[in-house]
Amino acid sequence: MPASTKNKGAKFSLDTLSNQDYKSIAQKHEPKRSTLKNCAFAFLIGGGICLLGQAIQQGFMAWFDMSVKEAASPTVAVLIIISVILTSIGVYDKIAQIAGAGTAVPVTGFANSMCSAALEHKSEGYVLGVGANMFKLAGSVIVFGTVAAFFVGLVYAILGLQGVHHP
Amino acid sequence: MQFLWAFVIGGLICVIGQLMMDLFKLTPAHTMSTLVVVGAVADGFGLYDPLVKFAGAGASVPITSFGSSLVHGALSELQRDGWIGIVTGIFEVTSAGISAAIIFSFLAALLVRPRG
Repeated sequence: MPASTKNKGAKFSLDTLSNQDYKSIAQKHEPKRSTLKNCAFAFLIGGGICLLGQAIQQGFMAWFDMSVKEAASPTVAVLIIISVILTSIGVYDKIAQIAGAGTAVPVTGFANSMCSAALEHKSEGYVLGVGANMFKLAGSVIVFGTVAAFFVGLVYAILGLQGVHHP
Repeated sequence: MQFLWAFVIGGLICVIGQLMMDLFKLTPAHTMSTLVVVGAVADGFGLYDPLVKFAGAGASVPITSFGSSLVHGALSELQRDGWIGIVTGIFEVTSAGISAAIIFSFLAALLVRPRG
């Protein structure tokens, strides 16, 4: 990037942001927010998302006569659709700036990371951009989750514990 | 009552994530990965099911439940099909979440023009 565009003015748009600009902006904003405040927002918004999930789950149970277990998957799917729509119109990331882990930890954050990666790399094409980058952030969650689950399963198999907690 | 506990427990799990990011300076990716592993191990000890029973969506919506669901799938097929079930069963329960996230993210990429 030519130096002239970088230093031209106070206005930064996302696609002209260099690493140094980003760091200076980030540093300016970082110390202002206390851990306590972050946690309060994470609690309220994260709790709110779970509350929404609970409402959807109760809805499925009441209207479609599902059990708690049957309602779990459609509930997650609905939350993911909501998250993808909000990400597409740019709202989710605005909420995420306030909520921090409050929007990242729920399953909606998982969908948000995939959707925003897909949108971000769309310009590189559907195969090399969207397809290859969709799991860029979500991939680590799946990898470590799968490996952990494998070892837990292995321990159960070796100790012959199957069926103790999962009849 | 279920709504209150969903809010409180779900909020607290998010606070744990926030503390990991703020105090230990972990990136969101490290935080999420750690929480997933914690969920998987907790389910291995049989601790996650009682939490879901108690807090409903407060425990099933945070990413920790993803780890727990992976273990659930692995263990139920381990019980049914033997050793191979660990590998074949891991994604049984979480299929809905992963598939939905892939499909709708792809549709979004098709339909939405990315912004700056």
